[in-house]
Amino acid sequence: MNDASISASTAAAASATAIPSLVDRPAPAKVVARDVNVFYGDKQALKSVSIDIPERAVTSFIGPSGCGKSTFLRCINRMNDTIEGCRVAGSITIDGADIYDSGLDVVELRARVGMVFQKPNPFPKSIFENVAYGPRIHGLARSKSDLEEVVVTSLKKASLFEEVKDRLAEPGTGLSGGQQQRLCIARAIAVSPEVILMDEPCSALDPIATAKIEELIDELRANFTIIIVTHSMQQAARVSQRTAFFHLGILVETGDTDQIFTNPKDKRTQDYITGRFG
Amino acid sequence: MTDIAVSARPRAVDLSSDAARRRTRKRYRAEARFRAYGIAAILFALAFLVFLVSDIVIKAIPAFTLNSVALEIEANREDLDPQGTGQPDAIARGDFVAPIRTALQGIFPDAAAERRTRQALNGLISSGGDEEFRKLVVADPSLIGSKLTVPVLLSDDADLFFKGIVTDVDAEVGRGVATPSAVSGDVTILSSANDFANSVVEIKRALSAEARRLRGEVERYQGLLATYSAALTTAQGELAAARVSAPADVPRLEGVVAKLTSDRDSIAGQIQSLGAIAAELETHFTGSGAEPLDEKVPSLLVQINGGVVKVTEASNSRISGTTLIPLQSANEAAAGTWEVVTLSAPEANRKLSDQEVAWLMQLEDEGRVTSGFNWLFFTSGDSREAELAGILGALSGSFYTMIVTLIISLPIGVAAAIYLEEFAPKNAWTDVIEVNINNLAAVPSIIFGLLGLAIFLNFFGLPRSTPLVGGLVLALLVLPTIIIASRAALKAVPPSIREAALGVGASHQQAVFHHVLPLAMPGVLTGTIIGMAHALGETAPLLLIGMIAFIVDVPGGPTDAATVLPVQIFLWSDLPEVGFQAKTAAAIIVLLMFLLVMNGAAITLRKRFERRW
Repeated sequence: MNDASISASTAAAASATAIPSLVDRPAPAKVVARDVNVFYGDKQALKSVSIDIPERAVTSFIGPSGCGKSTFLRCINRMNDTIEGCRVAGSITIDGADIYDSGLDVVELRARVGMVFQKPNPFPKSIFENVAYGPRIHGLARSKSDLEEVVVTSLKKASLFEEVKDRLAEPGTGLSGGQQQRLCIARAIAVSPEVILMDEPCSALDPIATAKIEELIDELRANFTIIIVTHSMQQAARVSQRTAFFHLGILVETGDTDQIFTNPKDKRTQDYITGRFG
Repeated sequence: MTDIAVSARPRAVDLSSDAARRRTRKRYRAEARFRAYGIAAILFALAFLVFLVSDIVIKAIPAFTLNSVALEIEANREDLDPQGTGQPDAIARGDFVAPIRTALQGIFPDAAAERRTRQALNGLISSGGDEEFRKLVVADPSLIGSKLTVPVLLSDDADLFFKGIVTDVDAEVGRGVATPSAVSGDVTILSSANDFANSVVEIKRALSAEARRLRGEVERYQGLLATYSAALTTAQGELAAARVSAPADVPRLEGVVAKLTSDRDSIAGQIQSLGAIAAELETHFTGSGAEPLDEKVPSLLVQINGGVVKVTEASNSRISGTTLIPLQSANEAAAGTWEVVTLSAPEANRKLSDQEVAWLMQLEDEGRVTSGFNWLFFTSGDSREAELAGILGALSGSFYTMIVTLIISLPIGVAAAIYLEEFAPKNAWTDVIEVNINNLAAVPSIIFGLLGLAIFLNFFGLPRSTPLVGGLVLALLVLPTIIIASRAALKAVPPSIREAALGVGASHQQAVFHHVLPLAMPGVLTGTIIGMAHALGETAPLLLIGMIAFIVDVPGGPTDAATVLPVQIFLWSDLPEVGFQAKTAAAIIVLLMFLLVMNGAAITLRKRFERRW
């Protein structure tokens, strides 16, 4: 299905020189990608992307539409597997383990790498069931009270509990857009993932809901490795510590957020953040 | 606000010009016209529906009531329990018909004297008329030896007479004093008023209409005769010419002439005979004096002094006739105590003779005839007798067939749809399968019947005529419908739900069964119900597997021989008896009700499954 046969070590050796950020980042890398190429049929969507994602920090992917940032995000929990004709080459490791290894269980991977989507997509079930679904299928809760505790903790972590504590049995689809998105975040963190992927989580929300989600992301940073795709450069600047700029399927530049926004090394990055294109 | 922009650069099209206004008006007119078409189409469809339903309901009404006659029956031991066991199962085998016949003959003693009239009298009782009596006595054997009043089911024709289907009955109360000449045999009745005048006029009118019709026929034939005569003259001329110039044509022309001559002669013969009948009828209503009646004109009966006289000759104040039921006395009957009854259908055109009508009228006058709801229709199987035929056999047959169909087609159909939609790789093979499923939905149903015959009956040797095999065949029939509808429903579930499930680490199968399938369920159920409704109304494939057999017993399970509702309708609609016409309409109503219940259940289920996202 994919060309994950390239071993992590050779890939790392081949492209180590191309990653200057490795040197000046003290935090250990949680996710390491080397030479990732993604094809949709004959079309190449990502060209040789190599990046280190630091642990317990927020990394944002920015870039114009169609630049491959969402594609790359979906490689990290192998959501691209569900797309017909999609092929991934190269290696992505989490804690040193290749996620495209044939021995790896994709279901287990997705429990470790949670995802929040662009449009809030709660299950058409109760708020409780939405959050409880993940722990239940993974057998994380032994008893009913265990499960309730997990749900309440997750909702609290997602700063949603106070708003919904009296109506856990009501359908999750009845919440407002911002609440729905926080419910989706609660659902993602209920299975205790290590990495949370967020694909433009605020693009369908109003500014107030967006502010709440951003605040939440900032809190979650303490416990999770977060990767967020966003079109809003202000958002990237506000919430992330590291920023990666994608353009036309190429990872153009990656670095500390401050550095990318104040002193970009690449001309294309500068043009994009100053609004010349994109 | 936009004035500046407009004035700055003139528009290419002036929206205020006459041409532009006309275009706008035309657009609105087109829209109004389209709406009118839509409304007209809906009204048209609605009118058809109302017409259809009301026609069926009106035709079905007679089937929902049933007439019985209350008789005082002697429950004598010799007939009911000849061995004197007193055991219910021995009594159940007893002869319950004989006491009923005895009781009926007791009411009309002189009819019982002669074999022919006795048989006719017995024929008024349904062949299943003893059922009620039997049940009563079997339930309580101590009744043997006593006299019971039991409602006895009337035969189909008698039943229909009371429903007014056999003939229109018009009873006119006598205004004068009537004096019969005798109590039985040939009787003459004189009325002090012209009580028979109306009837005579009525009969003369019927005769006159018949004569007019005959005269019309005669005229038509005369036109035909003229044409044939002209053709004959021409042919004769040609023949004469041919004899001189073309002898080869002579034999052919001779044949033509001979044929034309014989045709013309037969037409002339028709004219003569029809003319004679018409002339004879005309003498009836032109001439004065007593009017003779026969079986071709409406029947006239006089109910007087507890008896019935059939009129054979009528004039304004005097009739002569024969007694159908002897009079109790030859006394003068005062005004208002006797009746002249006109049966507008001539005796020759109906199955009940005047004699039988007279008996029934007498029974009705005695208050013995009761009409009740026809429970028998819903509690019994098919029968050769219209009054005994019920729908329960076909209803249970349909029920078992549907159960088998549902059990087989729903799981297979949904499983196939899930596999094809969610798991199957998209390649040439799945394309071929998909195309073939779509094609299967269009295969004529009778082909499935042949398939069922070949496979289930001949190869697997399953029992013929059973709901099991019917259900299997219908399952094949509805599978494509269910698969196609289920696939469409699965496809309509937003991918975000699938992604959400996969995103929290659900396996593909868990995502499908926990999230996608429940959301697709309303669509799946809709498809299933369309398929089942289709199957419920299906007749052709079931004929081939033997479900058309005449089966009296109500099936107790899917492996008992049975028929189904549409086949039952088909069978009944084919029968000539008037009683079965009403049964056919009633069976249609039952079928439609079955369908409504099924659809109602589906809608309820769908509402329960329905979720917004």
